[in-house]
Amino acid sequence: MKLNLKIWRQKNNKTKGKIQDYILDGVEEDMSFLEMLDFLNNKLLNEGGEPVAFDHDCREGICGSCSLFINGVAHGPERGTTTCQLHMRKFKDGDTIFIEPFRSRAFPVIKDLIVDRSSFDRIQQAGAYVSVNTSGNTQDANAIPVSKEDADEAFNSATCIGCGACVASCKNSSAMLFTAAKISQYSLLPQGKVERKQRALNMVKQMDLEGFGACTNTGACEAQCPKEISIKNIARMNREYLMANIKK
Amino acid sequence: MDKENKVFSINELAEYLKVSKKTIRRHISSGKIKCSKVGGVYRISQDALDVFLNPDGNFSEPALNINPEKGEAKPFPIDSKVPFGSMENKWKNHKQNINLVSPANKRLIDVIVVGTGLAGASASATLAELGYNVKSFCFQDSSRRAHSIAAQGGINAAKNYQGDGDSVYRLFYDTVKGGDYRSREANVYRLAEVSTNIIDQCVAQGVPFARDYGGLLDNRSFGGVLVSRTFYAKGQTGQQLLLGAYSAMNRQINRGKIEMYSRHEMLELVTVNGKARGIIARNLVNGKLERHAAHAVVIASGGYGNVFFLSTNAMGSNVTASWKIHKKGAYFANPCFTQIHPTCIPVSGENQSKLTLMSESLRNDGRIWVPKKLEDVKKLRLKKIKPTEIKEGDRDYYLERRYPAFGNLVPRDVASRAAKERCDAGFGVNKTGEAVFLDFQSAIIRYGTEKTHSLGGDQNDKENVQNLGKQAIKEKYGNLFQMYEKITDENPYETPMMIYPAVHYTMGGVWVDYNLMTSIPGCYAIGEANFSDHGANRLGASALMQGLADGYFVLPYTIGDYLSADIRTGKISTDSPEFKNAERDVLEKLKGFIQNKGTKPVDYFHKKLGRIMWNKCGMSRNKTDLKKAINEIKELREDFYKNVFVPGELHEFNEELAKAGRVADFLELGELFAIDALEREESCGGHFREEHQTQEGEALRDDQNFNFVSAWEYKKTEKAKLHKEKLKFESVKLKSRSYK
Ligand SMILES: Cc1cc2nc3c(=O)[nH]c(=O)nc-3n(C[C@H](O)[C@H](O)[C@H](O)COP(=O)(O)OP(=O)(O)OC[C@H]3O[C@@H](n4cnc5c(N)ncnc54)[C@H](O)[C@@H]3O)c2cc1C
Ligand code: FES
Repeated sequence: MKLNLKIWRQKNNKTKGKIQDYILDGVEEDMSFLEMLDFLNNKLLNEGGEPVAFDHDCREGICGSCSLFINGVAHGPERGTTTCQLHMRKFKDGDTIFIEPFRSRAFPVIKDLIVDRSSFDRIQQAGAYVSVNTSGNTQDANAIPVSKEDADEAFNSATCIGCGACVASCKNSSAMLFTAAKISQYSLLPQGKVERKQRALNMVKQMDLEGFGACTNTGACEAQCPKEISIKNIARMNREYLMANIKK
Repeated sequence: MDKENKVFSINELAEYLKVSKKTIRRHISSGKIKCSKVGGVYRISQDALDVFLNPDGNFSEPALNINPEKGEAKPFPIDSKVPFGSMENKWKNHKQNINLVSPANKRLIDVIVVGTGLAGASASATLAELGYNVKSFCFQDSSRRAHSIAAQGGINAAKNYQGDGDSVYRLFYDTVKGGDYRSREANVYRLAEVSTNIIDQCVAQGVPFARDYGGLLDNRSFGGVLVSRTFYAKGQTGQQLLLGAYSAMNRQINRGKIEMYSRHEMLELVTVNGKARGIIARNLVNGKLERHAAHAVVIASGGYGNVFFLSTNAMGSNVTASWKIHKKGAYFANPCFTQIHPTCIPVSGENQSKLTLMSESLRNDGRIWVPKKLEDVKKLRLKKIKPTEIKEGDRDYYLERRYPAFGNLVPRDVASRAAKERCDAGFGVNKTGEAVFLDFQSAIIRYGTEKTHSLGGDQNDKENVQNLGKQAIKEKYGNLFQMYEKITDENPYETPMMIYPAVHYTMGGVWVDYNLMTSIPGCYAIGEANFSDHGANRLGASALMQGLADGYFVLPYTIGDYLSADIRTGKISTDSPEFKNAERDVLEKLKGFIQNKGTKPVDYFHKKLGRIMWNKCGMSRNKTDLKKAINEIKELREDFYKNVFVPGELHEFNEELAKAGRVADFLELGELFAIDALEREESCGGHFREEHQTQEGEALRDDQNFNFVSAWEYKKTEKAKLHKEKLKFESVKLKSRSYK
């Protein structure tokens, strides 16, 4: 198939970027979206040009590296799918596709489609852990049974890949879903309960410091999350945060 | 590091051991302390003291370097530091005897860890926890995105929670046997021993492993074993374990004990007076080179499967860090030991960038088959029949046929070769002829019937049984099935999956001793980057185990033995000529790429290398092809340096430049890989030499001549030099591997 690509090009965070047009012929249905970009880059390189920079690594929908705003939707049109798992059979010959970086004040552009998401790491560093020694001298793993329900629910929250689609999709650039998923995981497990108050306070504080916006419950984050992390997590986080503030 | 050979007087020894002189005299007269009279006074040697303190014997034996052709034996140039004593006591005694660094002194010591996968993240966390100052590096934008995140199926541990007869010894035995007797026993035993701690540790960190309805941890089975010892979190075990290790790192980052450098790539090791003292790294965002100094450097940079271009590894996985230390003196061991995983989604087209694994856990419930009749194969390829229309009697469940004891759960190397054998014989089921079926219908019926029974439903209601069965399968493997459907556009609940072997893991890697130190003092290698534990074939769910064992529980202690001599060294300066020169060399090389006015993109060379490797050094190998491969790689390397095109500038984000550096190293490693495969005139594990097979086509090992680790020493101008570390099997008897 033949595609009209409109891609955001920006040399670095000091220069301004703009949309550039590319016509790409010979795209195959079985290609993934990123393979389509590889194909474009190969063409650009063969013409002596500069390839389009984009983040990617596992190409299996698990590392959270890939991003992209595709026709105004984070990770493109297919629900519950990362860009690397999106395939060209979802598009048709002659389509025009806009490809832009995830946009948020807290995610500055590094180059072309690559943004800096280190703010996410800093939120996690503020408290997303259990303070246990890594010496291995802990109690036996089966000493505290955890109900299957809680374990499964904690697992569901823990499958967040930290890609930033929630932030990019939110009109307020809120990082609530991302932060809430982690807080929920720990609050559901006995091991995480001990430090729950401090964790909620510290992580929320860092989230605000990084310049993410507030949540106005539009639900866009859940709708565009490639891992379909539930918005229930946000309610859980709000509860944790409230409790922590009361009992401070 | 050699312990100095001290001599004590009775007074000195009493003071040293904090006991009275009388006690020492008593031990001398009872013969417990051996001593000699020198000039009329008693003198006790360090060796005698060691024997007294550790009667079980805990002194390493020098490994032998044998030359089978000449029959001569000379010592392996480096002590492998495997402790003496019984297998069960080696690690315990070793830990008690190695030198320690006091908490106050740890604060004076810096350690660099390259890599934040399971091995690197866990090592960084524990080293920081112990008090060292840690600097961690990864090339991704966050340490949480290291390739370990993609591991699917699970992690082994000898917990015996299922009460099915598992034990440390059994895990050890399975691993040695699974590795086709080409691993170091003592390392493997230690791995099995600490495996149980890993699960305790991870649960304490809040890793949400799968649980049963009673709230206890659930297990599944993996290939090559007869017990259920694999812990898992659906098909995302690697993700959950890595996020656990990432959280432990975050805790230390918060405490200020780890400095994290993401989007940084190590491009050189700096050695000062023969010791590893730092690295040169490139900041991938602004392209600048940076010097980082430390008292020790730990390489946890993962495997080199991407030398094949197409593999299940993440796109960025590479050999550069390992290769750079190799060129600085670290031996590279068994480079040809590569794992080809039997269950991956087949290659679909020319523009494919990577291959996707379908976890081995699927072989718990999936049955592998191809049609018995070639005419059915033809019809399948022309889409004239559906796989479900082929009758039971016309299917060849070839693994169950050939290996009745293990069936679909034979080890990976065996399963891969069997798939290749069927496809080579013309039974491949897709259009390229390179695919076999992985079928879940039997399991769907089995689970469905069970569920119907427990719900008191009608077992003859086929639709209901099917639905309940599919639900059960979805609960176990949901995300894998979804992934399969996204990639292939086929629904695996309705039609069998199509799979084919693909490059997945590298057992070979940097040679390390029992302490996980490479042949460069102060430089360590852990995780997939080292060679030590899996021999010629790795069992499923054992890489995660090894990464975390190395990182959480082994390296942080063994490194103290070396660092204890460094407590007075003080900060290492980055202004030394060694750092300057290393930086200059790296800069030169990078500039070379940019200034080269070639025409072909980096990927052109990488893909070409991949094809040579797959066709000539892949699932089966022979002398003629290997020799050709060596020449073709050399030619390709020349072409690369002449004609590669790298656009852009040095001091900016430049993905092509980073790729060029990685491919340059793959082009060197590829050659050593082929040389190693050529030299190893036997078949073992993943290394199958066509010249060496039984009549039934099984691998034929040669313990007489090849019972060693090939450790290659880099030589600048001549061919790499081979050292052979002889393997000794004391606890497991060497015998031919059978899964029949
Ligand atoms: C698809 C897939 C599924 C798997 N499933 C399982 C499973 O179920 N069970 C199991 O036991 N094993 C599994 N494995 C194998 C296992 O995942 C890996 O062997 C293991 O995760 C390797 O961990 P590691 O820490 O050694 O390295 P990696 O996780 O590969 O990490 C390497 C790190 O090094 C960094 N790095 C590399 N080079 C440089 C450099 N030059 N400078 C700076 N940083 C650098 C990277 O950024 C990264 O942080 C699977 C593998 C694959 C591919
Ligand atoms: S590249 Fe890893 S999630 Fe897309």
